[in-house]
Amino acid sequence: MDFSLLRNIISRYCVGEEIWVDSRTVYIGHKEPPPGAEAYIPQRYPDNRIVSSKYTFWNFIPKNLFEQFRRIANFYFLVIFLVQLIIDTPTSPVTSGLPLFFVITVTAIKQGYEDWLRHKADCSINECPVDVVQQGKVVRTQSHKLRVGDIVVVKEDETFPCDLILLSSSRPDGTCFVTTTSLDGESSHKTYYAIPDTMAFRTEQEVDSLHATIECEQPQPDLYKFVGRINIYKDKEEPVARPLGAENLLLRGATLKNTQHIHAVAVYTGMETKMALNYQSKSQKRSAVEKSMNAFLIVYLCILISKAVINTVLKYAWQWSPDRDEPWYNHRTEHERQRHVIRAFTDFLAFMVLFNYIIPVSMYVTVEMQKFLGSYFISWDEEMFDEELGEGAQVNTSDLNEELGQVEYVFTDKTGTLTENNMEFIECCVDGNVYIPHAICNGQILSAASSIDMIDASPGGYRRVSVGFVLHSCFNYAPSNSEYEDLFFRALCLCHTVQVKEEETVDGIKRGIHQGRPTSFYISSSPDEVALFPKIFIGSSNIKLYYVIVKSSSGDYLLFCKGADSSIFPRVVSGKVEQVKARVEQNAVEGLRTLCVAYRRLSESEYQEACHHLMEAKLALQDREQRLAQAYDIIERDFVLLGATAVEDRLQEKAADTIESLHKAGMKVWVLTGDKMETAAATCYASKLFRRTTQILELTKKRTEEQSLHDVLFELNRTVLRQHCLDFGLIIDGATLSAVLKPNQEGAGHGNYREIFLEICRNCSAVLCCRMAPLQKAQVKELIKASKEHPITLAIGDGANDVSMILEAHVGIGIMGKEGRQAARNSDYAIPKFKHLKKMLLVHGHYYYIRIAELVQYFFYKNVCFIFPQFLYQFFCGFSQQPLYDTAYLTLYNISFTSLPILLYSLVEQHVSMDTLKREPSLYRDIAKNSLLRWPVFLYWTCLGVFDAVVFFFGAYFLFDNTTFTSNGQMFGNWTFGTLIFTVLVFTVTLKLALDTHHWTWINHFVIWGSLLFYVIFSLLWGGIIWPFLNYQRMYYVFMQMLSSGPAWLSIILLITVSLLPDVIKKVLCRAMCPTATERAQVQCLSFCCHFHYIFHCV
Amino acid sequence: MMASSYNAKEEDGHHSGASSGTGVSKNKKPDNTAFKQQRLPAWQPILTAGSVLPAFFVIGLIFIPIGIGLYVTSNNIKEFEIDYTGVSSDSPCYNCAKNFTWNTTEPCVCTVNFTLHQPFESNVFMYYGLSNFYQNHRRYVKSRDDRQLNGDLSALTDPSKECEPYRKSGDVSIAPCGAIANSLFNDTLVLYYVDSNNSISEIPLVKKGIAWWTDKHVKFRNPAGNGNLTLAFKDTAKPVNWAKPVYELDPLDPENNGFINEDFIVWMRTAALPTFRKLYRIIQKKSGATPTLPNGNYMLNITYNYPVLSFDGRKRLILSTISWMGGKNPFLGIAYITVGSICFCLGVVLLIIHHKYDNRNTSADIPS
Repeated sequence: MDFSLLRNIISRYCVGEEIWVDSRTVYIGHKEPPPGAEAYIPQRYPDNRIVSSKYTFWNFIPKNLFEQFRRIANFYFLVIFLVQLIIDTPTSPVTSGLPLFFVITVTAIKQGYEDWLRHKADCSINECPVDVVQQGKVVRTQSHKLRVGDIVVVKEDETFPCDLILLSSSRPDGTCFVTTTSLDGESSHKTYYAIPDTMAFRTEQEVDSLHATIECEQPQPDLYKFVGRINIYKDKEEPVARPLGAENLLLRGATLKNTQHIHAVAVYTGMETKMALNYQSKSQKRSAVEKSMNAFLIVYLCILISKAVINTVLKYAWQWSPDRDEPWYNHRTEHERQRHVIRAFTDFLAFMVLFNYIIPVSMYVTVEMQKFLGSYFISWDEEMFDEELGEGAQVNTSDLNEELGQVEYVFTDKTGTLTENNMEFIECCVDGNVYIPHAICNGQILSAASSIDMIDASPGGYRRVSVGFVLHSCFNYAPSNSEYEDLFFRALCLCHTVQVKEEETVDGIKRGIHQGRPTSFYISSSPDEVALFPKIFIGSSNIKLYYVIVKSSSGDYLLFCKGADSSIFPRVVSGKVEQVKARVEQNAVEGLRTLCVAYRRLSESEYQEACHHLMEAKLALQDREQRLAQAYDIIERDFVLLGATAVEDRLQEKAADTIESLHKAGMKVWVLTGDKMETAAATCYASKLFRRTTQILELTKKRTEEQSLHDVLFELNRTVLRQHCLDFGLIIDGATLSAVLKPNQEGAGHGNYREIFLEICRNCSAVLCCRMAPLQKAQVKELIKASKEHPITLAIGDGANDVSMILEAHVGIGIMGKEGRQAARNSDYAIPKFKHLKKMLLVHGHYYYIRIAELVQYFFYKNVCFIFPQFLYQFFCGFSQQPLYDTAYLTLYNISFTSLPILLYSLVEQHVSMDTLKREPSLYRDIAKNSLLRWPVFLYWTCLGVFDAVVFFFGAYFLFDNTTFTSNGQMFGNWTFGTLIFTVLVFTVTLKLALDTHHWTWINHFVIWGSLLFYVIFSLLWGGIIWPFLNYQRMYYVFMQMLSSGPAWLSIILLITVSLLPDVIKKVLCRAMCPTATERAQVQCLSFCCHFHYIFHCV
Repeated sequence: MMASSYNAKEEDGHHSGASSGTGVSKNKKPDNTAFKQQRLPAWQPILTAGSVLPAFFVIGLIFIPIGIGLYVTSNNIKEFEIDYTGVSSDSPCYNCAKNFTWNTTEPCVCTVNFTLHQPFESNVFMYYGLSNFYQNHRRYVKSRDDRQLNGDLSALTDPSKECEPYRKSGDVSIAPCGAIANSLFNDTLVLYYVDSNNSISEIPLVKKGIAWWTDKHVKFRNPAGNGNLTLAFKDTAKPVNWAKPVYELDPLDPENNGFINEDFIVWMRTAALPTFRKLYRIIQKKSGATPTLPNGNYMLNITYNYPVLSFDGRKRLILSTISWMGGKNPFLGIAYITVGSICFCLGVVLLIIHHKYDNRNTSADIPS
């Protein structure tokens, strides 16, 4: 880190003492240690200001310029500009300097604006209030004023303002719970500990009386590592030193949960916090279009260099005879004669400068503006606005607009994405007896129960909600007639309660669950039992089990556990397993989500042992994960099955329609879910991911148990390859997937599972991956992304567990769902509902793709048209680098004469109407695989450009050659020649765009005709006055003289016609001979419209 | 590039204190305007064979007559061209061309005889043509100072650097400076008509109106000097290759002397291609029915001052009449006829295609 380095240097020189630079000493409450204990070294740390902005007012210009010139294109133009300044080049530095300046300015304004927004955001963060203990009182101050050593008070659900060492908590055991969702995406609550010496502090005075220093390492980015030591000074005693570890360090950005308040001391502040050190902008995603653009650019660069080389060589060949090199009328200066050696090189550079416009300087800025402005259409879209949420689509990056039109694989989460994530309690099965809400509630408040919607913003909420339903319904069912039922409900109640609001159980009075909804029925029935919890242990092990250990009044230790059936059943030893299992499976087939509940009675010794193991594991510094797993294994066995619950999660509206459209558009849809196979499959059928005709291939644990994985894979592969025409769907579960993906250890023979699996997947239109762990979601994506076709993938999800997948995919889409905003925040685009994906891809994606494809191709085309005549002219001017066009034309061609029409085209073009695109998803296939930017298309555009350039140049050449153009016998010069070509050029490229425009709004008319008019007016003005600031008046009256000549008009019209002819013919012939689906749709729409109009008129 | 712009928001979310205000602006519903919803009314033209067809026929029908008109006009223009460089030993100017030296006091004069077989009826424009002369060479094109030519006094004594190496002669600056001015075409051409009884009569040549009006009256101006050009140019030197200074270009006519000498202005408009012609003189049509240049023998008297053999150049004299569309230029007419015919043929082809494919397409589409 620069800071620490700088600080080290400063401290070394200022303090003048060799101090241990790898550590820092924090004086809690800024109190000096007692004299003699240690030298008090006042240290300077940055304050708690967070700076996410890149620039300040002062360094904006130099830093921004530096950033911009790091981009290769800008640097290229800078070099050209400098070359023009240094050596004698054909064009003035203005011609490349002005466009470059324009581009740089536009970009700088945009970045400055963004940075201003960041400054504003920083400000609001830095000024958010923080409670600090000063002289035994709580003082409210602003976040950025926090200093290292300050004692901070944080209340429940507040975010930590900096990295803190926990001193005490409102909980008696000195622990607090924290969620670090915003740091690492883990939604579970983590426990942090205060050191025993300080955990008893309750009041501010007590905290303030603490006299201690903390020695700790200098800030480093590893979130899970912290080494430190606290020295507590008590009156005239040796200081007590306690070790500090990561479990004492509360990180900035994490949120305090389930703890009323804590006291903690700041150790790292501001930019030194671990969050800030970890803060990095999301890795840049580059769209396929950008990649082809860069490839084209390289081709053009090669063309440019070869042009310059050819011309340089020819120049020297031509100049071989001294009469040509230096005829009597055109001598070199002495200065020019002397520089023999570098002359060839400067000639080469001069040719480069002359032809440099072939690389369109304004393309980047236009593309950027197009993306930036274009993304507003997505957020403006009313159809993607959700009334319920009150939000519309949100664009987090505009870099990928066109990638939305290129998606081949869609990876979707199930819960909350395909489904509503609005759980409705359907039934529960206790000890083999099935209860449905009616029976349970005895007809009491069923309607209320079913209408509850419990939206919890934090990830994993649905589990709570589901239980909440059960609870609510169940509590109304007062008489518990069997022990099992009692236990069952108790299990649900406890497991659940402990998860959500722990203090309720701690206090021993279950006042309410979930937003204060009274649950008095249950509580009144057995308050004595519930009330006594000497020790509560909550856990959520990695096998998706949630459990709680309680001590009942009778002294028994009970372990209640709930979790997925696959996790519970293997650990169950008794209970009505068969009946429950059957019920669970039936429910799953109906698409219900199931949850099993079990319990275990622990003896005192067992409990102690388990506790011991767990504690030990938790305190372990090495292999903590592994030891925890071992400890869990000891606890998680010998369960007694209590029962199961089933809740329904309905499909989102129009989810089926959306999936169907995506299928028709040629996309392969993968559903990744943690659910049971049966549940997920039922959802898939309901959402039309699998149709009745789909042949389902199964690659599940069940099958691989029967056959070896090898055989199954090969058999499936054979099936797929045999029947090409069939519609295949694949179901794979997490276990099998990891087996497939596992790097081969058994020898080379089985190594190709990956390939075979990919081969199968390629032929399946729909794939369902069930029982997936969050990490596997990203793995699957990685697998597809790395396959040899490099397909464009899209991931859509709503929860924190989808974040890895969303970040991994080419395009990540977040649903602003009920599992929090984590996914939406990390995504590239966020939409309120799954159904909006249809419009996003089929309409916006399609439009943006064709727009940007045309933009890129057209840019190269118009610059070929522009520069190629210049190249040809060299053959007629003795390779002397004489420019064909005037400086003003060279400068303004790209930035004003031809810039706006294409920008507007790339913003508003709609080659097919929106409704048609939505009605016929198959049109999406027309643009699949970057079809508009493939090499043949690029070649066509380039050839068209070269053809047009040849027409312009030789047309003008033959018209001009040795003839008089005017009716008064006067002659035109070389500038008229160039202006004639330039006029034809501007009109041709603009009209070419007009021919490509399928959607003429008034803005198109305005811009296209307006920019032609602008050209004419500009030329008249430019040639109409003797410009006092110019050294030359070469354009004086040239344009007007040209317009006064009849043949000039005739040749302009002729040349424009000839240049446009081939493109028109190509368009018409292609459309007539082999129309694409899009072209058919255009015509159909047209005839449909006509028809409609006709009917309209008749009526 | 754009990803960073929204990072600020992200940061925001980490802090509950800061994000608490987000609930206030609930009404984020986008405006339902036609522009924002991309539903502006639009004309949606499609280039189908059917719709393009008429355009092709129309272009064909318009272009072919224009082409024929141009071609006929071009053919009616009379043009006569004669090379007087003197390359071959039998040409009259051979000696002049061969013995050329720069610093000669005695100009070499040669005479070329030619015959016009057809009379030139209207105004005849007399051009000189140069070949293989790179007036469009970059070093040449920029070697001028427009400020000086516009009468700027400071530029007169201190011409632009672009004029190098024709900027200063010794310590005195050259006016007009630069390579273009230095290489001013200085052959003098005089035309005589030899009538049937061998009597020679000089044909009056008009030297006004050969330069652009704007050049003569705005772009080129003599430096202010109380009407006395000699005085105005007193601190300047003549261009190296010139025989006389700029204020003696046309001593008889002050309106055609100095920088505003029309021959000079014409020369200063650099040609686009290495083979070019420049207007030299105009032969006004005489009143009455007599042709401007009747058919018969002519004699061209050349004061041979301008060397072109060193760079393998050629000098020509061109006599041409002019129509509304300029000089003789068959290319334009032919091009129009060709393009017109192509369009017409394409129209026919498209008609066939339209009938053949469109029926198929529509019949395929309608059931769906």
